Amino acid sequence: MSDLVADAIDMTFTTPNGDEVHALKNVSFTLKQGELLSVLGPSGCGKTTLLNLIAGFLRPTGGELSLGGNEIDGPGVERGMVFQQGALFEWLTVAENVDFGLRMKKADRRETSRKVEEWLEIVGLQGFGNTPTYQLSGGMQQRVALARCLINDPDLILMDEPLGALDALTREKMQSLVLKIWKETGKTIMIITHSVEEALLLGERLFVMAPRPGRLHKEYALPFAEWGLQQDPREIKNHNEFTQTREEILTMIWNMEEEIMGKASA
Amino acid sequence: MTAEGIRGLFIGALFIGLLLTLASCWWYGRRLIRTEKTDAVFGNPVKALGGWHWIVSGVSTIILVWLYFSWDAARAFFPDAASEMCQVAKVETAINPMRSVFPFESRLLKGTSILDRESRQINNLETQINTGAFTDQDREQLLPYIERVRQILASQTAPESLEESVVADIQSIGQRIDEQSAFLQAGVLPEGADAAIIEARDQQPGWGGSSQEIPIEPISQRGAMFAAVAAPLAAISSDFGKIRNAGPAFLADIKALDDEVKQVAGAAESAAVKDFARNMNKLLKRIDNGVVFPPGALEPIESALARLDVVKSDKQGSLKLIDAIAMPSGTIMAGNTACSEQGSGRWLPKPSDTVATFLRLSDPDVGYKGIPLLWYKEKPLAEMVGFLVPDFIADLVPGKYPRHSDDGTIPNNLKTTVLNFATGNFASPSVPVPTGHVWDSIMRVLAGLFLGILLGVPLGLFMGLSRFAKGFFDPLIELYRPVPPLAWAPLILTIFGINDDGKIFLLFMVAFAIMVISARTGATGTQLSKIHAAHSLGASRWQIVRSVILPNSLPEILTGIRISIGVCWGTLVAAEMLAGTTGIGFVENVARKSSDYEIIWVTIILLGLLGLLFDLFMRFIIHKTIPWRGKG
Repeated sequence: MSDLVADAIDMTFTTPNGDEVHALKNVSFTLKQGELLSVLGPSGCGKTTLLNLIAGFLRPTGGELSLGGNEIDGPGVERGMVFQQGALFEWLTVAENVDFGLRMKKADRRETSRKVEEWLEIVGLQGFGNTPTYQLSGGMQQRVALARCLINDPDLILMDEPLGALDALTREKMQSLVLKIWKETGKTIMIITHSVEEALLLGERLFVMAPRPGRLHKEYALPFAEWGLQQDPREIKNHNEFTQTREEILTMIWNMEEEIMGKASA
Repeated sequence: MTAEGIRGLFIGALFIGLLLTLASCWWYGRRLIRTEKTDAVFGNPVKALGGWHWIVSGVSTIILVWLYFSWDAARAFFPDAASEMCQVAKVETAINPMRSVFPFESRLLKGTSILDRESRQINNLETQINTGAFTDQDREQLLPYIERVRQILASQTAPESLEESVVADIQSIGQRIDEQSAFLQAGVLPEGADAAIIEARDQQPGWGGSSQEIPIEPISQRGAMFAAVAAPLAAISSDFGKIRNAGPAFLADIKALDDEVKQVAGAAESAAVKDFARNMNKLLKRIDNGVVFPPGALEPIESALARLDVVKSDKQGSLKLIDAIAMPSGTIMAGNTACSEQGSGRWLPKPSDTVATFLRLSDPDVGYKGIPLLWYKEKPLAEMVGFLVPDFIADLVPGKYPRHSDDGTIPNNLKTTVLNFATGNFASPSVPVPTGHVWDSIMRVLAGLFLGILLGVPLGLFMGLSRFAKGFFDPLIELYRPVPPLAWAPLILTIFGINDDGKIFLLFMVAFAIMVISARTGATGTQLSKIHAAHSLGASRWQIVRSVILPNSLPEILTGIRISIGVCWGTLVAAEMLAGTTGIGFVENVARKSSDYEIIWVTIILLGLLGLLFDLFMRFIIHKTIPWRGKG
């Protein structure tokens, strides 16, 4: 079983002035295979730092991180990442973006192109293989980014506000797509988001983080992702339990922000 | 019809067409303004402005077109005019030394102005004597000399001082000028002139038909008349120059005075007195030229010249009008071997002459200094093999080079065979290879640019990625880059010699710095998320550099190449002007030395067109390679 285990993670940055910033403090959790986790929190609470640590772009200054028993030591194919702006390679076509990972591995060409077709179909981009990525809309670019990550068959998919830059309508469609992929592939997915609704909808589990120093504040276990597989997400959003949880979390984050502002002005 | 005739016809038609167009511009502009005036309430101010716009632009264009095309238009309509004006210019050159003595173009008679100048000099000397530098004794001694030199100067202007022989000479010169005037007036050509005209027409190139602007021999009746009087008038001029109003008594007076002053100065201790003597000596040497005559003494010559002027002007006729209209920027002057247009606007490109010069230079058999502008020559393949294969590979072959044997033959072995191959010493078919000034310039730029890209881009990327490389190489590059490339040129050309390698190295330096900076900017500008994405997709460091950072830096690199080409092109031309035996810059520089405006214009236009071509090519490449730019 490839579970993600975080054990008392500490992360301290040193600014150029020599000040120390405590970005994460004593963060511990275990993410079982196949779980869908969303992370929420006010800005500056260390969400992205946590994700970068798991992706291996940063090293924790304390504590241990492991995936499937192996300590995380630098970026790896088993932890795929989807960025906010897609971070597509605009000099390549859609298909070339999608098979980038396989080409770097020098995988079999025929097998690669079969997989590309398959994944383009899953994300709903069949026939766009030869299109340059800069001609795609934002939602389509994000689909390419998803396919590019998934084709490598990672154990864990990390998403850093993947739908943040999309319009509301596209966003809803993409949320369904993420849920569909989660259901069909059974991947472990960790999503960082600003939107409370999105976090509720795309989280089997939900972490609310608190700032200064960044830490896990509260954890929820939610049923909405399961519902979302069968129901229209808009109906779920009107559900009583959904709205209650949403208000509770919003108040929680609002208070945190107030507290920060108070600290800052004091 | 000759090529020059067709050229003339074409230019003439173009000229008339342009004049008509511009006249209608003016007419249209006037009409628009009138509309505005009669319709003051509802008039369209934009249209009215348009009217002034048409007049201003139209009239200024007329002036420009006139400046540019008048020369060609004159050639089209009056093909003999330039040759005739050349003959008139010969006459003017001949009589100018005489005319300059009289107040035709100047304000004063030459004798008057000389007298004035020398009187002032004498007054200056007198003032000096009255300063404190001289003792009273000196003054007493020197002041009489001042009086004497005044008298000597004045004695020249007395009519009775003029010698009989000089009076006779003056009379004779006046008569000889009148003879030439009468000859010109009669208009009957001397024996054999017709044959000479026909021969000149056949033998010498036409107006603008060669690099000689206007060939010197007359090709028409009118021209031949002027040519016929030019030579005798030159002789008269020369005789006139020998006439001196300096008889033996006058010269003796001067000599006596000079000797006395020298004696005084020799005996004197004072520096001021010696100085006075020196100045007096200079003054006397000028006066003894004898160029001042009694006021009316030269009248016979003056009136003869005036009469010649009337006849000349009468015989010139339409030539004066052509000169004024068709040569607005200058006039035709006679030289020893050819006539040419001279004047403040001489540098303006004459369109058809520039085209003709370009066509002449384009002929591979003519070219410039024996080298065509752009052509090809057959080169054996062996030469290229010899250039590309290093000679030392022969040294690596085992064995020894053969020595000659007793009977004087040289045996061959494997080593000699390889050496022959490496030096290109073997029979091979030939292939055509481009050659010429233009090709040389282009190749130098491309070679320098290629080396600059080859070394600059990897280094720039490296500097963009590694802090060590940035810290290490940045100061080195910044040491040489701020120096203008042309400041390096003399040093580099001295080290490498005037051949291609020096210029290529100079261009390499230029391109290298630009490429390093652009590649570095491109590399540092790569979004971190892209590198992270590639990383988590399993790319190694080298793969990230090749597949992410390099393509991501392409816009900057290509812009760098585009800038490099432009800067290299400019630097190359200047370097070629400094040293070298081929290249467009070389051509321009040599043409500059002989003031050959047409060739200079041809090179300017060629350089501009090639620069534009390079830029268009780069724009095309940029458009094709980085279509995503600005669309992310």
